[in-house]
Amino acid sequence: MDASTLITASATDLAAAIAGGEVSSVEVTRTHLDRIAAVDGVVHAFLSVDEEGALAQAAAVDARIAAGEQVGPLAGVPLALKDVLAQKGIPTTAGSKILEGWRPPYHATVTQRLLDAGIVILGKTNLDEFAMGSSTENSAYGPTNNPWDLTRVPGGSGGGSAAALAAFEAPLAIGTDTGGSIRQPAAFTGTVGVKPTYGGTSRYGQIALASSLDQPGPCGRTVLDTALLHEVIAGHDPKDQTSLDAPVPPVVAAARAGDVKGLRIGVVKELGGEGYAPEVEANFRATVDLLSGLGAEIVEVSCPHFEYALAAYYLILPSEASSNLARFDAMRYGLRLGDDGTRSTEQVMALSREAGFGAEVKRRIILGTYALSAGYRDAFYGSAQKVRTLVQQDFTAAFARADVLVSPTTPTAAFRLGERVDDPMAMYLNDLCTIPTNLAGNAAGSFPTGLTTDGLPIGFHVMAPHQADDRLYRVGAALERTLTDRWGGSLLDRVPVLAPTATTTEVTR
Amino acid sequence: MSEPILSYDDALEAYEPAIGLEVHVELNTASKMFCGCSTAFGAAPNTHTCPVCLGLPGSMPAINAKAVESAIRMGLALNCSIAEWCRMSRKNYFYPDMPKDYQTSQYDEPIAYDGYLDVELSDGEVFRVEIERAHMEEDAGKLTHLGGDTGRLHGADYSLLDYNRAGVPLIEIVTRPITGAGARAPEVARRYVETIRDLMRALGVSDVRMNEGSLRCDANVSLRPWGRQTLGTRTETKNINSFRSIEGAVAYEIQRQAAVLQDGGTVEQCTRNWLEHLGETSFGRSKEEAEDYRYFPEPDLVPIAPSREWVEELRATLPEHPTKRRNRLQADWGFSDLEMRDVVNADALDLVEATVTAGAPAQAARKWWTTELARRANEAGVTLDEVGVSPAQVAAVQALVDAGTINDKLARQVYDGVLAGEGEPAEVVAARGLAVVSDDGALGAAVDKAIAANPDVADKIRGGRVQAAGALIGAVMKEMRGQADAAKVREIILERLG
Repeated sequence: MDASTLITASATDLAAAIAGGEVSSVEVTRTHLDRIAAVDGVVHAFLSVDEEGALAQAAAVDARIAAGEQVGPLAGVPLALKDVLAQKGIPTTAGSKILEGWRPPYHATVTQRLLDAGIVILGKTNLDEFAMGSSTENSAYGPTNNPWDLTRVPGGSGGGSAAALAAFEAPLAIGTDTGGSIRQPAAFTGTVGVKPTYGGTSRYGQIALASSLDQPGPCGRTVLDTALLHEVIAGHDPKDQTSLDAPVPPVVAAARAGDVKGLRIGVVKELGGEGYAPEVEANFRATVDLLSGLGAEIVEVSCPHFEYALAAYYLILPSEASSNLARFDAMRYGLRLGDDGTRSTEQVMALSREAGFGAEVKRRIILGTYALSAGYRDAFYGSAQKVRTLVQQDFTAAFARADVLVSPTTPTAAFRLGERVDDPMAMYLNDLCTIPTNLAGNAAGSFPTGLTTDGLPIGFHVMAPHQADDRLYRVGAALERTLTDRWGGSLLDRVPVLAPTATTTEVTR
Repeated sequence: MSEPILSYDDALEAYEPAIGLEVHVELNTASKMFCGCSTAFGAAPNTHTCPVCLGLPGSMPAINAKAVESAIRMGLALNCSIAEWCRMSRKNYFYPDMPKDYQTSQYDEPIAYDGYLDVELSDGEVFRVEIERAHMEEDAGKLTHLGGDTGRLHGADYSLLDYNRAGVPLIEIVTRPITGAGARAPEVARRYVETIRDLMRALGVSDVRMNEGSLRCDANVSLRPWGRQTLGTRTETKNINSFRSIEGAVAYEIQRQAAVLQDGGTVEQCTRNWLEHLGETSFGRSKEEAEDYRYFPEPDLVPIAPSREWVEELRATLPEHPTKRRNRLQADWGFSDLEMRDVVNADALDLVEATVTAGAPAQAARKWWTTELARRANEAGVTLDEVGVSPAQVAAVQALVDAGTINDKLARQVYDGVLAGEGEPAEVVAARGLAVVSDDGALGAAVDKAIAANPDVADKIRGGRVQAAGALIGAVMKEMRGQADAAKVREIILERLG
């Protein structure tokens, strides 16, 4: 394999080549580090790159293979890790100034499982501050640009991870999804992103945004790569009591099968129509027809409470976030300003938070503090929890009629940088289709199904019942196989070529 | 700075007190509430910490099943119902000793609720205190303010934080308003907390040491004119740390509030601090400054749903209620109320029981522990069970006394020997030659010597004043370094001079 093949190859193929001795993990890793150095100046997918650590992990995998050891199916393959997951000794910022320079003394469970599987962590990717956002423009370290069109956003909050995949800086990435932060960027970048069933992957070591909604998940360029990564990070973790003590659904087998014959697919009536771009709707309908042609049974389902999901989400999320973010008080770690002996604890705390938190974070902390405050809790937080129950009931009823539910992933394709930064409501509407899943805790994924006339990717959203994550991969793989044939290759073959630039991302360590 | 107060009797004549008590008990589980860190007291600062109890970004709690078990046993012992389903909640507030800036606690779903505790007062009457709830929560860290004059935050140059205690499991027990105690309200408060202490110790779920902060109490007090139904405005005196102070703080608040009301004023709802050295409470913070804790269910933990089978299994492990046990033992031992109270106050119940079990008569066991050994413990500044003499050794000493081998005075020297590591009581007697001399020849010689040295005393006895023999006995004892058999000596004296 030459350098250009190494960066475009699937993780599955790379792992096979590494395990078979055709290429070393060090070589693959080196190639990706070079790619990052060449293009990340314009993409800005990474907040930090751990060259030394990545090469050391790659060398260790090579040594194990040379010693004849059996290694996992993704061993030696590089990966981009969203900078909201703790990696021991590596700067972990959650995209915020308040954590600038903080190096966790421990690994997140997801991080630990990646390393145990021999996966090479290249670096930490950019995100909206504390994963709050739908465009990665809220990062305290500057926005990430969408490789399909550098003037557009890659989606958020996992824009860095998705852009790293689309820019061929890494064949695998990890995201976290609270209201669509894996799926929406996947849709905007033509990649695959899955939010597992709540509790399917451990949250231990993920800097919490909203604990009852957050879930780490796999991101990839192919459905099988994503499934393999899913299997690596999923499974019970005693450190996270909300983690499910149950077998991981057979996601890899489903991704290999890709058969939708007889599968009942429910089209959610409420997720479409006004506010959805015509091109997005047309692509969605064509994709449903395609699945029908593959033997799936199409039914229409109604989820009447989905229209309140967004409102409930924007009360529950800030409520939990206001509590989760309380610990960033400048007392123990992170940014600390004004500690010159003349100020009180409260003044030091206030100065540090004023400088350390961005506008969106402050907005949500204030919203959440208000929603939980005495006299308002029942009206806001309490009502939102009731809506949440109704949304869950909608899903239960819909899944009685259909094996999976489908919708567009986002109402529109990627918008321009700066276009919605001053209009939080417009920004929040981006997550209309993805949010109900987080409220209900079921699984969902986004798969690329086409391009707009502007050449921007469109995502297809598939939702599955609790612990039926494998069904997502069945649908995704069927689409991928058919569309790849139809297109004569992967959608990502059409991503514009990024010219190497002089600007490079700072390499830490 | 003292506020005006009304005399206690006058206060009680005009007003009826209502009290409410919140007792925090630190559980003695080996590990913390939400992580595996040790809970051992007194370790070097911040050595018993991890990402979880330090609240580092990304870390998550995992509940300690042993703490839940202790909470259930405690709830059962307090005659509470045990929740079939409950949750932990977050209590949000900022303080540097709170690693996450929220405390994981329970709010509207406590593990135990609707119970009562029977408290025996000094006159033997049993007063029932109703318990509203007992809930689980985690402790905070410890702040030490340095560089200032007062050791308080205000004026300190800097503060040190020790998070070893952060995350140690706590149970908070909250009473319903206690009315009907009248003038005995302060005693009820004290005895209630003491009974909790006894109960926790009997359960073995806590070390219940007030000096180490493993038992802490907040006392609410309000007054109302006799006959009125609605409760008056209350104050809450925080962090009272001795049994005597609980009684004192309640009595003081009754007198202070009575003076305010008598003067036509209104009691301000506020927290107060107990000033041990002055025997007074001082203003803490007013209701207007009261925090909004913004409680909501802890999303990082799953609900707790103890099975009924488990609860019944735990109920079967409950020890005898301390009050019942005390009454039983008092009857068995034939102690007077005063004697029993001495034993309880000296914290010697278990030790006396063990000494009796080891074969000593109950009265003798009581006497040793509440006098000689209590004095030694007090001098050494340790608790009775740390004094260095075991119940078995006390029983052995008493056996030697009963056999006439030694007397009470010599017994003290035997304890000296035991404490000096010279071995068991019998070995100390042998090694130090402490046995009582009752040999006629040796005693006779000593008596003769005493008579010769005290001719005037001898004359009095010859003259029929038998009670003067005491002086000669004393002289003989001195001669024989206390080892003479006093009865025998008296016999010989009267024989010679009779």
